[in-house]
Amino acid sequence: MEKVILKNLGKPDSHKLENYVASGGYKAIQSALKMRPDNIVQMVKDSGLRGRGGAGFSTGLKWSFIPKDPTIQKYLCCNADEGEPGTYKDRGIMDNDPHILLEGMMITSYAIGASVGYIYIRGEFVFGAKRLEAAIDEAYAKGYLGKNIFGSNFSLDIYIHRGYGAYICGEETALLESIEGLRAQPRKKPPFPALAGLYGKPTVINNVETLACIPAIIEKGPEWFSKMGPEKSPGPKIFCVSGHVKKPGLYELPMGTTVRDLIYNHCGGMLTDKPLKAVIPGGVSAPLLTARELDTALDFDSLAAKGSMLGSGAVVVMDESACMVKSAYIINRFFSHESCGKCTPCRDGTPWLTRVLKRIEHGEGRPGDIELLESLCTNIFGRTFCPLGDGAVMALRGHLKNFREEFQFHIDHKRCMAS
Amino acid sequence: MLSEEAKKEIEKALRKYPNKRSAVMDALRSAQKARGGHLEKADMDEIAVILEMQAVEVNAAAAFYTMYNIDKPVGKYHIQVCRNISCSLMGAEHIIKHMERTLNIKTGETTGDKKFTLSTVECLGSCGTAPMMQINDDFHENLDEAKVEEILKGLE
Ligand SMILES: Cc1cc2nc3c(=O)[nH]c(=O)nc-3n(C[C@H](O)[C@H](O)[C@H](O)COP(=O)(O)O)c2cc1C
Ligand code: SF4
Ligand code: FES
Repeated sequence: MEKVILKNLGKPDSHKLENYVASGGYKAIQSALKMRPDNIVQMVKDSGLRGRGGAGFSTGLKWSFIPKDPTIQKYLCCNADEGEPGTYKDRGIMDNDPHILLEGMMITSYAIGASVGYIYIRGEFVFGAKRLEAAIDEAYAKGYLGKNIFGSNFSLDIYIHRGYGAYICGEETALLESIEGLRAQPRKKPPFPALAGLYGKPTVINNVETLACIPAIIEKGPEWFSKMGPEKSPGPKIFCVSGHVKKPGLYELPMGTTVRDLIYNHCGGMLTDKPLKAVIPGGVSAPLLTARELDTALDFDSLAAKGSMLGSGAVVVMDESACMVKSAYIINRFFSHESCGKCTPCRDGTPWLTRVLKRIEHGEGRPGDIELLESLCTNIFGRTFCPLGDGAVMALRGHLKNFREEFQFHIDHKRCMAS
Repeated sequence: MLSEEAKKEIEKALRKYPNKRSAVMDALRSAQKARGGHLEKADMDEIAVILEMQAVEVNAAAAFYTMYNIDKPVGKYHIQVCRNISCSLMGAEHIIKHMERTLNIKTGETTGDKKFTLSTVECLGSCGTAPMMQINDDFHENLDEAKVEEILKGLE
């Protein structure tokens, strides 16, 4: 398949503006500036593009909620917080091809009428932030950013906002709070950011990969995009593969690629001759799939039908040596560490889950601990202010549902079944 | 007192936003860098004055984010080893133990000569090249014992 989002990865100096232009870059924005903004919104709607940050909401539809009144200030925020464990695609784009993101942001800003864009990049991505900064400087120097970009009537400024260690900032309203200089706790919705977002103004928040798809949609047309992969979940998608495979890495493939195809054809199969045990298909919030479910297609709807989710497209592969109790513990510890503390079920419930999982993992589990975990899950699920708490429960339930006997073995025998 | 460089960086950050408060994260980062890796109350008080915020608001913002080290000086090299799922599957615990033995400290501690602080962190977005760690600003990937030794030797 011809790559679109990662087309420049691996080319020498792919991060430089001149090389981006030589590869055909910054043509789409010039075409876009000759179109009417609402036509661009329609094109993106027609393409069927759904947000690559995790929720899978229609991008064109999201843009169409922005009020048309030209006198109101509007903002675009690029979500580059990339914190879902297993995920490293946005970093791949920003480190290697920052201009594809800038071009995507230019077109999006023009389409929604935003004159300012912020890139919210997680604090640990120092290299990526420097790359973006240099790319932004190059773009200003060429007149691609700032007043009257490409000689048009449209003006745009793009700034970088660096996070400093908090997974919750990836939640879109927490991200807005963070830019406003507050503690990054999620906001109540409604009002939705499209009406009252950053500084109370209409705001679109999109993931890096989502924005990086935009130039190709303008250039190749919405049909090209919508015809790739499943009808309701189309387009190219970056899968971030990690764990026990021969060739972990970023793979840009059509949506709907099966887990089996990804692991055995693209990633060279399992790392050793140990058989596959489980796959987390969409970042750690996504309930895992077992070896019996490898023909599942990786797209929003097929995974939802399996009770899991595509999430951020992070595929974590585990062979028989992996302990599912340990995996559940590590993942849960992450969520309780990252709970922002705003609501009780998550703030108090996730550390409780972690304590129980920790003692089971360390051979100190008690009879009834599995039932305790289950009842805690019931008390958290659906009662939290934002999806983080639900994510913690979904991940744990996925482990318990498929590998309950491993938890029981740990409790009964005070040791691990896997190793 | 904030360094002149930190003050200049804060001035620059203020130009990005329509309100002053939004510059608080950049300001804290500059202050932390100027102090060599941690923040003290005096820094936050001074930032509060510049950004026209209450000192408690600056403190609350700083306390929310894990990368601000309030009153916790770190060594010249802050070694942060990822312990999340992909790194764990590829041997992160082994790397952490090896690091503790080599530096002769436990996770969370700083060596007597203040050269190294060892921490564990959650996923750093480098899972395809696990196990990995970050030392100050730089990522080090595909780690094994030999590679860790080599990296440590290269740090003056
Ligand atoms: C706890 C939590 C963490 C999230 N982290 C991220 C993230 O790191 N990056 C991201 O793009 N979206 C993240 N999201 C999803 C965002 O809230 C939002 O849906 C997304 O940025 C919208 O962009 P998209 O429509 O282009 O996907 C997170 C959501 C939650 C609830
Ligand atoms: S679910 Fe957790 S992260 Fe979300 S608002 Fe509640 S405490 Fe904060
Ligand atoms: S799990 Fe270690 S970098 Fe992602």
